[in-house]
Amino acid sequence: MAKEKTEVKDIDRSMYDFRYEEKASDFYKIKEGLTPEIVEEISEKKGDPKWMHDFRLKSLEIYNKLDVPDWGPSIDGLDMNNIVTYVKPKTKMTADWDEVPKDIKETFDKLGIPQAERKSLAGVGAQYDSELVYHNLQKEVADQGVVYTDIESALHGPYADMIEQHFMHLVPPTDHKFAALHGAVWSGGSFVYVPKGVSVEIPLQSYFRLNAPGAGQFEHTLIIVDEGANLHFIEGCSAPKYNIANLHAGCVELFVGKNAKLRYSTIENWSKNMYNLNTKRAIVEEGGTMEWVSGSFGSHVSYLYPMTILNGRGAHSEFTGVTFAGKGQNLDTGAKMVHNAPDTTSYISTRSISKDGGISTYRSSVVINPKAKNSKSSVSCQSLMLDAKSRSDTIPAMDVRTQQADVGHEAKIGRISDDAVFYLMSRGVSEEDARAMIVSGFADNVSKALPLEYAVEMNNLIRLEMKGAIG
Amino acid sequence: MADLLNVKNLYVSVEDKEILHGINLTVNRGETHVLMGPNGAGKSTLGNALMGNPQYFVTKGQIFFDGKDITKEPTDVRANAGMFLSFQNPLEVPGITLGNFIRSALERKTGQHIRLWDFKKEMKGAMELLNMDPSYADRDLNVGFSGGEKKKAEILQLLMLKPSLAILDETDSGLDVDAVRTVSKGVEEYQKSKDGALIIITHSTRILESLKVDKTHVIVNGSMRAEGGAEMVDEINEKGFEEYLK
Repeated sequence: MAKEKTEVKDIDRSMYDFRYEEKASDFYKIKEGLTPEIVEEISEKKGDPKWMHDFRLKSLEIYNKLDVPDWGPSIDGLDMNNIVTYVKPKTKMTADWDEVPKDIKETFDKLGIPQAERKSLAGVGAQYDSELVYHNLQKEVADQGVVYTDIESALHGPYADMIEQHFMHLVPPTDHKFAALHGAVWSGGSFVYVPKGVSVEIPLQSYFRLNAPGAGQFEHTLIIVDEGANLHFIEGCSAPKYNIANLHAGCVELFVGKNAKLRYSTIENWSKNMYNLNTKRAIVEEGGTMEWVSGSFGSHVSYLYPMTILNGRGAHSEFTGVTFAGKGQNLDTGAKMVHNAPDTTSYISTRSISKDGGISTYRSSVVINPKAKNSKSSVSCQSLMLDAKSRSDTIPAMDVRTQQADVGHEAKIGRISDDAVFYLMSRGVSEEDARAMIVSGFADNVSKALPLEYAVEMNNLIRLEMKGAIG
Repeated sequence: MADLLNVKNLYVSVEDKEILHGINLTVNRGETHVLMGPNGAGKSTLGNALMGNPQYFVTKGQIFFDGKDITKEPTDVRANAGMFLSFQNPLEVPGITLGNFIRSALERKTGQHIRLWDFKKEMKGAMELLNMDPSYADRDLNVGFSGGEKKKAEILQLLMLKPSLAILDETDSGLDVDAVRTVSKGVEEYQKSKDGALIIITHSTRILESLKVDKTHVIVNGSMRAEGGAEMVDEINEKGFEEYLK
């Protein structure tokens, strides 16, 4: 009986889409896939300038020509024939608090997130006082000449040319099918410009802006740190973001100028139905530094390999990441470093944790081009498997095209030692907490690189993921 | 008043091999017992079994602590009831500092919030007593500590957690003369000011020199072979275990 009821509800929803969204004739087209008309509609609604309008349509053409990737975890669960349901911003806006899955509501509870914020994080609430926090933050950095706004506004403001010169230049739509999709239907995101020599003291946090309609699905982040400038940008938060549409194809483009420094930290915790196909890339000029700090939690499937192009002499990049794959999750994560200039250095340090049948794959690529003489790269990846049914794979690739380079790689796979658990328990710590403590400690490469409050949130998150890990 | 610890006819196996064959032991509040015996006699096995290490199976017999049968209780329950084991090889746990670890263990045990100020003051005193550099409080638990510092960190935890029964498993092994003296000073402090009971597992006698000892037990091949007072420590020191091996 209960099953029948569910089916009725499903039909209701499609009827709703049918009646309110489209004419009958459009309905059939939509079923065929993404069309120029739909992209036009998005572009019109957003009031795109002409170049962006054309860019979207061009991206759509590319999208239709490319195939979905066949080398990673399966994304068969993604209904590519009905991609429109992911693209239509209304899909998300029709969400109702009652429809938010129980486990997500409970997680909000356990993380101690206030009620208003919960609704907002679940994508069903209106803006609330975070708006104020965001504006205050904006004002504070504006005094230093820093621009911090959403991409849509930036497209029409004094920085319109800058956007045009950078938008998807680092990640072109031809990169892969989901980059093309992003180019066609992107919406929301952040734009940051830090002028020459400016050092931003407080980390900028996009946490406060996750609530904008359409954010957290096809959002675009574009950050330009000019010569000698310095910025720490933090994206995401530990609370699971719920989205009816289960595809996330965001894009992050980071430009680090000469002798500039950018640290980009993310803690992502997607709901467990999500296909997270995100593309992040940075280019670093002479003497510049790019630091990635990345925590990947949640999602059903993730493809995530932030890439750094070390383009000027002496440029440096570090990637520090942790990935936690629990039940039903297949997370394929890692990093990519491309050495394009002499004396460049890169360092990758990752930890992956798999539990309860989860699959965690570390995939990385280090490319040292012929002109990158005297470059150094060091890769260290460690995996922790919490039980016998979980899986952990390591796929590191190295492509070194000069004799004058120093490249190192180290991989370790382990389990939690019974002795360590006994040791902690002998001080009164319960078995569950002891295991969580050990796993948190294992992920301390990331938590030590995060501001304290984020580190605390991440450890809470690990503890929640560990719950019920026993027996 | 009931005995603090009462071990009755305890049989313990490790990986299906029986190591202890019917151990009996009674420890009263504030008493110090020394457990001696040749290598492989089963001393550490007894320590681990008392603390509930899941790799040590109690196949027969019972352990009573504070009048309660704890034979089947998990390790954390025993710890929170007032038992403590100082490890022969303390493990390195990254991600939590020694100071925070002790404080959270205390809060868990007492169920009360511990004021940071009071805690730091007490901790500082204890570290001074143990000749520990105060910076160790902010370092990850045992990570990169030398053998001696690890042992001191164990005694620091003993002093801070104030258990009613502490089992010291070869705490003096691998330490130089000065370090043994320091550790011994810490143990003495626990004996005196905390009125704590002790089971000191050792095969040397250096750590015992300045300590008050109430009883000595000699364990050989998994069985108690002899029992005596403090004077027995000196006898063994002189003659070794030969006599008990016959």
